[in-house]
Amino acid sequence: MSEALVASQPAGTDLSVPAASGARQFWRRLRAQRAALVAAAVVALLVLVALAAPLLTAIEGQDPFTYHPSLIDSARGGVPTGSFGGITGDHWLGVEPQTGRDLFARLVYGARVSLGVALGATVVQVLIGVVVGVAAALGSRWVDQLLSRLTEIIVAMPLMIMSLALLAIVPSSFPRPLLVALVIGLIAWGNTAKIVRAQTLTLKQLDYVSAARLSGWGTWRIARRELLPGLAAPVITYAALLVPTNITVEAALSFLGVGVKPPTPSWGQMLTAADVWYQAAPQYLLLPAGALFVTVLSLTVLGDGIRTALDPRAASRLRIGTGRKREARADAGTKGDAGTKDATTKSASSKEATS
Amino acid sequence: MSGFGGFVLRRGIGTVITLLAISVIVYVVFFVTPGNVAQITCGPRCSPEQVHQVAQQLRLDDPLYLRYWHFLQGILVGQDYSTGTSVEHCSAPCLGLSYQGDQQVTQLILAKLPVSLSLVFGAMVLWLILGVGTGVLSAWRRGRFTERLLTGITLAGVATPVFVIGLVLMIVVCGQLQLLPFPQYVSLTDDPEQWAWNLLLPWLSLALIEAATFARLTRASMLETLAEDHIRTFRAYGVGERSIIGRHALRGAFAPIIALNANNVGSAVGGAVLTETLFGLPGIGQELVHAVNVVDLPVVVGMVLVIGFFVVIANAVADVLYAVADRRVVLA
Repeated sequence: MSEALVASQPAGTDLSVPAASGARQFWRRLRAQRAALVAAAVVALLVLVALAAPLLTAIEGQDPFTYHPSLIDSARGGVPTGSFGGITGDHWLGVEPQTGRDLFARLVYGARVSLGVALGATVVQVLIGVVVGVAAALGSRWVDQLLSRLTEIIVAMPLMIMSLALLAIVPSSFPRPLLVALVIGLIAWGNTAKIVRAQTLTLKQLDYVSAARLSGWGTWRIARRELLPGLAAPVITYAALLVPTNITVEAALSFLGVGVKPPTPSWGQMLTAADVWYQAAPQYLLLPAGALFVTVLSLTVLGDGIRTALDPRAASRLRIGTGRKREARADAGTKGDAGTKDATTKSASSKEATS
Repeated sequence: MSGFGGFVLRRGIGTVITLLAISVIVYVVFFVTPGNVAQITCGPRCSPEQVHQVAQQLRLDDPLYLRYWHFLQGILVGQDYSTGTSVEHCSAPCLGLSYQGDQQVTQLILAKLPVSLSLVFGAMVLWLILGVGTGVLSAWRRGRFTERLLTGITLAGVATPVFVIGLVLMIVVCGQLQLLPFPQYVSLTDDPEQWAWNLLLPWLSLALIEAATFARLTRASMLETLAEDHIRTFRAYGVGERSIIGRHALRGAFAPIIALNANNVGSAVGGAVLTETLFGLPGIGQELVHAVNVVDLPVVVGMVLVIGFFVVIANAVADVLYAVADRRVVLA
């Protein structure tokens, strides 16, 4: 919706490049939220750790797959030797009970799986959701009926249950993390499609789209050039909140034993295994639980921040620094009309959702 | 057709179509299963002849459309099954026989449903009280320390997966402090007191997570209402803050809360898989995980349909309640 703001900026304001100011405005509004900034930093760190997993474990001198039977006290039922679950200079966070695999290595490689699967699933969800939503809104009555009915069916399918069923039947030779991402993406695109359809229906009635239609543009060109930019804000907002949800779903599926399979490390899987070891090696339970918590929390806060930054009504409540008075004034000039436009969009889409 | 009756009729037809589509999808998905279902059902030590016999008895060699036709027939008029020596009749809404142990799927579901429903509805009471209470409190104390604290707590609740909080609760309450025994399901009709005590932890873990979502929603809708003109008018007339928060602002939050609740109850029946597995409650979710692992197609189809049914019904109820709570919405 920042596009609407840019488009209606009063003539004569000397903002340098109008095309870039949508993105610039977004950054300014995101920066104005301290919590979102901290969350963004944490997310960046997590992504860095996931990308640099081989490097980090090389520095530690370990890998996530090697068994270390010498570090396991088999007389005590497989508990790691030494104090604190086997934390030493060689094994920074200790070793796994029973197998003696390095916990630090499994944790950072687990971050790869967690973030990779969640992002992959989100990409699939957004792609299908946008294509189906736009096609439903622009297509003929029949296309709309068919696609909307399909969307309803997808929304009614219980995600956990269907992924359980799908994941159980695909042969294990298929790369597992990719499969989990695909399955989540293929089952849970319904709400994205609903939002996109509602938003496209609203955009379709705006003057600039009618103008494009009148000047003889084809449906495809209108969809690509006029509608997709207007869809960016709601889709980005929704996608940002899909990522943490997908992380939880992946962890839950791996926790149930149908997600990512051993020996590939995954946080959900570690939690299942750690259940019985909480007294002897508490960090075996606390590390994946904490990692999941921090990841989902920071992604949620960042998603909230992105929503606020892209929502003109919410953003107008932000106290944006006094050094940017001019831009703030430009904001205030357009706020009223953009706000009402957004309100009508909202009520239209909420009615859409109940119809 | 218009009005409430028309809405119910259209929704009813829609529900049937949706459920049929779900059953077709599940059937197709399991039909392309590469694993040898007969071998899995018979067990690893069955001879090829025995496997063949099982396949014939379960009609596994029939083409897909024929198997699906039998399935539909079972639902509409019932079905007779030969179980080796005798013939068992499965009456009208028949979802088939389990591949494992020849139990009727309808009976299996009826036996497991009370556990899942106890879990979900008990948790619902808790999450509504906790969630709406927290939301009202933080809208009332907006801008103060209490609100910041509550916002932080609810954010943490939103970010915690249900199995993590369940695991931690179980370890702390049952393992370390030994305040409660590890949960074991007791039927409500057998012993209501034991039923509640044993479900307390599963309820709490489900409810704490959901309550966070409700608290956020309640707070946001109330703050939105508080910014509206009619609230300013009430204030100008000298209406007290207590009445404004408790009566007028809360009213604005009713419609979204009701809609979210109906949706969440529907999906919670499916989401109970995790809670049930974690706490070892013998509900639909746990049975489904087992059925998926042994490729017990009739049980999987039946349970997915029942859960899908709950989701679709809950969505329809959400729409109706939404319209009742907010007169501006038109049912279509």
